[in-house]
Amino acid sequence: MALPQAKLDTTEARLAALSLPESGAWASEARGSALERLKSMGLPGRRDEYWRFTAPDTLNAVDAPEAALFDGDDNPAFCDLDRLCIVFRDGVFDAEASDDLALEGVEVLRLAEATGQDIHWAKDLYGVLEARAHDPVPRPFAALNTAFATDGVVIRATGKVSKPIHLRYLHEKTDSDAILHFVVRVEKDADLTILEGGPAAARFNKCMEVDIADGGAFHHVRLQGRDHERRAVTHLFARLGEASTFKSFTLTANGRLTRNEAFIELTGNDAVAHIAGAAVGDGDFHHDDTVFVTHDAVNCESRQVFKKVLKNGAVGTFQGKILVKAGAQKTDGYQISQSLLLDEDAQFLAKPELEIYADDVACSHGSTSGAIDEEALFYLRSRGVPDADAKDLLVLAFLAEAIEEIEDDDIADDIRDRLEGWLSRHRA
Amino acid sequence: MLKIKNLHVKLEEEDKAILKGVDLDVPAGKVHAIMGPNGSGKSTLSYVLSGRDGYEVTDGEVALEGEDILELEPEERAAAGLFLAFQYPVEIPGVGNMTFLRTALNAQRTARGEEELSAADFLKLIREKAASLKIDADMLKRPVNVGFSGGEKKRNEILQMAMLEPKMCILDETDSGLDVDAMRLVADGVNALRDAGRAFLVITHYQRLLDHIEPDVVHIMADGRIVKSGGPELALEVENNGYADILAEVA
Ligand SMILES: Nc1ncnc2c1ncn2[C@@H]1O[C@H](COP(=O)(O)OP(=O)(O)OP(=O)(O)O)[C@@H](O)[C@H]1O
Ligand SMILES: [Mg+2]
Repeated sequence: MALPQAKLDTTEARLAALSLPESGAWASEARGSALERLKSMGLPGRRDEYWRFTAPDTLNAVDAPEAALFDGDDNPAFCDLDRLCIVFRDGVFDAEASDDLALEGVEVLRLAEATGQDIHWAKDLYGVLEARAHDPVPRPFAALNTAFATDGVVIRATGKVSKPIHLRYLHEKTDSDAILHFVVRVEKDADLTILEGGPAAARFNKCMEVDIADGGAFHHVRLQGRDHERRAVTHLFARLGEASTFKSFTLTANGRLTRNEAFIELTGNDAVAHIAGAAVGDGDFHHDDTVFVTHDAVNCESRQVFKKVLKNGAVGTFQGKILVKAGAQKTDGYQISQSLLLDEDAQFLAKPELEIYADDVACSHGSTSGAIDEEALFYLRSRGVPDADAKDLLVLAFLAEAIEEIEDDDIADDIRDRLEGWLSRHRA
Repeated sequence: MLKIKNLHVKLEEEDKAILKGVDLDVPAGKVHAIMGPNGSGKSTLSYVLSGRDGYEVTDGEVALEGEDILELEPEERAAAGLFLAFQYPVEIPGVGNMTFLRTALNAQRTARGEEELSAADFLKLIREKAASLKIDADMLKRPVNVGFSGGEKKRNEILQMAMLEPKMCILDETDSGLDVDAMRLVADGVNALRDAGRAFLVITHYQRLLDHIEPDVVHIMADGRIVKSGGPELALEVENNGYADILAEVA
């Protein structure tokens, strides 16, 4: 079907300003087919079904809109942990600032290096999970990412990796436009934790493809950067083998525009996928979670827990789907999306969906939007807790279900502290 | 301790007067009880005293230890020593009972210019108080009142009171929903706190609680006023004859 003219124009203008990076044979091929995918779907427009809540224009634009740097972050996330840190400055790998990439139980290679060699596991994944994720909803920015990603790493865990891999994204130029692509393969029974943190760039397009073999476990905690003016569109694609585990949590505080997409396929029996997010926004803040979970095997469990605290004009959106394919019996699917609106200017838009083609399943979903519970607030105050502290307690309580999805207690505590800090800086 | 003079209260949202001239004087060291028919304004009085939104004081005064409290925020009244055990304690999912109590206790201490209690001292104190009310460790860890039975909620109110050691304790139907043993536990909890520097205002429908917590004075509230006050025998009279006689007599 021909694309509408406006879409064509937007797409052509953007493509004219981009050039395919130099890559070895297989990568060039993968990039080429991603480009074809992008051309056939076109960049998004407001009329597209899954872009009705979020305006894509600043993501479509040829140049990244400027974003001032945030210099108040004297306590960057995860930096006190024993981890392997990989630093990207405005989307460019910084070898000096990064740790040595050698670590027991895991292979880590810079994308440029991997694409020049015949590394079959990277070749079998790069753009492959992305390509699977366009049905029924096209994700043009992900195809754009596969075609034009300028940097990234490929990671293959072969055993229990002794420490987390920390992808640290620094933002130092006000007009940077970063496109990073990550490929992650968790081999049979291997166990890998990936931490991500930082604003990355004025505009950031990120794609992470995660393939988890039977019995493998993937843990993911991400803190998106606090820069108020940054924009980001991120994609997390995951495919789960038998009895494998996928756990992902994202904290978003600030940022002018964030669209976090996830597409998770449970393809092996007895797999478990949990994806959670907590977002807090004050003022010019637009946060979008677009999450699709597909059950295509027996006896799998999935949980989506998304909570947003919004005030002063901030907007939150959630589009989430649980798709249970025919034959995916004994599916246990759960989805909750909730927002706490701290004033009347904040807004939450949700599109929760269930699509079920198997008969022996237990799926539930719910979406709510509400204000602080006045009864609870009075109860706390009547015991002597000052109004502002009582509100913070209730906000943290509201976010608790999402934070509880983080398995590492120290990281969960750290995130709670950061949220407390944010709340105390954003009172009334 | 607590002096209420000619208190008139109406709902903020609508023109409905609820308290129509309440006079009450509860001296330190004393226990006063309030009884009265459903809807007579007992809970409203307790809410207005603790500073809940939604009511407008149209006339009258309330003083705690001589200080006017009507302009104070609920948390300031709490720090000044006022405590209300709710008729319907509120469930707060996501806030642990312990965290809640520790935050409340330390907030009150800070407001009074006292040192915060250390985590260890707090734990010791709460374990001791919880044990005497037969509240187990599991209940302390759970979110505030969530999934508690009616009786457990009421015991939790008394635990909070025991921890916060307020000067003026208002108990709104703390006995309703309690079994006989729980009633005794609650009464023991209250009696343990009785001393010369503390006063109680006990709202109840039943004489039974007053067998355990002996009041010095019993007041009858009807249609937003205290219509009769007397000794403990007044509660017995209500128990035996209902309110009809008393209301007819004062009408
Ligand atoms: N927020 C409100 N909106 C409407 N009516 C109210 C409100 N608060 C109290 N009232 C009314 O005020 C009157 C007094 O209520 P209150 O709860 O104080 O009675 P009570 O004496 O505690 O009764 P009970 O013995 O049933 O607990 C009742 O008629 C009640 O319906
Ligand atoms: Mg009442």
